[in-house]
Amino acid sequence: MQFTFFHLMPYRPLDMTERHKHRAAWVVLPNSLYDPKKGADEYQSYIDQLVYAEKLGFDVIAVNEHHQTAYGLMPAPNLIAANLIARTSTVKIAIVGRALPLVNNPVNIAEEFAMLDNLSRGRIITGFVRGIGNEYHATGINPYWSHERFQEAHDLIVQAWTRPGPFAFEGEHFNNRYVNLWPRPYQTPHPPIWIPSMGSSETIEWAADPARKYPFLVTFSGRDLVARYLNLYREQAKQFGYECSPNQLGWASPVYVADTDARAREEARAGMESLFNDYLAVPFQMLLPPGYTSLSSMKNTMRIRKQLGAQKRHSLEELMESGTVVVGSPKTVRDELSALRDKTGASNLVTMLQFGVLPDDLAKRNMEMFASEVMPHLKD
Amino acid sequence: MAGELSSHKVRGVTVRARRGGSGDPLLFLHGANGLPVWLPVFDLLSQHFEVIVPEHPGFGASDNPPWMRNIGDLAMYYLDFIEAFHYPVHLVGQSLGGWAAAELAVRNCTRLKSLTLLAPAGIRIKGMLPGDNFIWDAEEAVRNLYHDQSIADRILAMPMSEEDADLALTTRYAATKLGWEPRWFNPSLERWLHRINVRTLIVWGKNDKLFPVEYAKRWGDGIPASRVEIVPDCGHVPAVEKPDVTAKAIVRQYAETR
Repeated sequence: MQFTFFHLMPYRPLDMTERHKHRAAWVVLPNSLYDPKKGADEYQSYIDQLVYAEKLGFDVIAVNEHHQTAYGLMPAPNLIAANLIARTSTVKIAIVGRALPLVNNPVNIAEEFAMLDNLSRGRIITGFVRGIGNEYHATGINPYWSHERFQEAHDLIVQAWTRPGPFAFEGEHFNNRYVNLWPRPYQTPHPPIWIPSMGSSETIEWAADPARKYPFLVTFSGRDLVARYLNLYREQAKQFGYECSPNQLGWASPVYVADTDARAREEARAGMESLFNDYLAVPFQMLLPPGYTSLSSMKNTMRIRKQLGAQKRHSLEELMESGTVVVGSPKTVRDELSALRDKTGASNLVTMLQFGVLPDDLAKRNMEMFASEVMPHLKD
Repeated sequence: MAGELSSHKVRGVTVRARRGGSGDPLLFLHGANGLPVWLPVFDLLSQHFEVIVPEHPGFGASDNPPWMRNIGDLAMYYLDFIEAFHYPVHLVGQSLGGWAAAELAVRNCTRLKSLTLLAPAGIRIKGMLPGDNFIWDAEEAVRNLYHDQSIADRILAMPMSEEDADLALTTRYAATKLGWEPRWFNPSLERWLHRINVRTLIVWGKNDKLFPVEYAKRWGDGIPASRVEIVPDCGHVPAVEKPDVTAKAIVRQYAETR
């Protein structure tokens, strides 16, 4: 397996009582709750953790993009990536991803990734996403055009990386008289593109297309959904007439390891429960603005939601039960991860070893235990 | 029966519509929540007009042609639509429908007899933010439309079939397409309001929580032959909350055009 150490960079000193006076830790949460001195400490801790992951033997270190939220302090993840390039030497650096529909000139994204690829001499992995629904509230971009803008921005960026410039790009949303990247990407034909997704059939079909074969990552989902989506991808590849390789398949999961199951639960509880209940939880109208998903999947979502009733807090046990998070002794974690690997044939594991309010000392021990007690057993 | 659904095809696009009454044609353009039921206000108006309430392309069960991408497309569609009538029409628009009606009128008033804008979207007063009806939850979105909360209670208590829920979702998608960004306005519209050269009535609920009542004066200032009517104890939808006042004001303007 290939191991990625992924960070969201949550703002841990958040006053949770204040947080719950607002709809979400996103968009409408007053930024007077952000203390820059504490925030600067957060950045320092998190970047140190990412750098340390190279020493521990992770294959990839990864960051991503979110806007106007305490859930993740990286509205501009490429700034962090640039910092990581300077402080590491061989590890791959993944930005998974940039939210393509949210920008008005995707060439800027192509340019920044090309710069990072040159600066790192080809250590960059890119990721293309549409952003969480909240991001459309944060940026004002119309979610109705989210899919169209994503497709078009993707085409523009890949062409910018691969076609000799200058050329003109003529789209519905993006029109560029001159596309002519200086610098061009370091890797040939271009840096790898990963597609992290909560799983939608449209995205799976698009990513698995033989013209793309983009590695697909299921994020924040229980083990059954991970297996279902990854097998959908595999089936889709077969329908396209090819067998997908293990590195096309992956999933992302918060993981916590300690010497015993009981200790792991005790130490992980506050971090895991805060991640899902305090940072990530948002009302439906923010998470899924109209157009963000296709009309047909939205109709299904509405029906399921009606059956489920009101949202309540998730306990650590529920999150473990569904396999959304993996918590336990080295053996428990190894068994859980290898079971899902064997069930799906996926070889790309994206771990989140700092999550929610989990403090630095526990995050560091978690990383070390994962690297020494889990990783070696699952390496190919 | 008044208000029964029929379908209309104009330039290859089929839309649903409710109609009733007889007299000069009155075209009512609905708001972001889509084609309403046959409301008491339509009964009142149908004593004087042939009332036609089409469902916009892209909304509910009407066709959704791929070229329908913005409010200007909707306005041009309705210019085609009213050419099918033998007589000029009295055009009434509620909120999003009022925006479409104003966009139509600045383009071409020759087929209009009069214009009525009921709390229209479409312009922006800096420093006077509309309510964010995309972030409101389902209950807030109903409650914030009405001053009289017993109306909201009734609407919220109404059961909705799965089919109606699907149509409502389609409508919500279509409204998002037209109104998300810039939020409920067209930066160019206000400077062309002087092009509207028919009698225009602007009706606004004094307690509108979506578009503050201050917008009424701005519309009145922009449109030359206009009159502004502020309705007390009324939220964003005077046609529903104060049907008598709304119908009376429209009929009064109608009398002035004869």
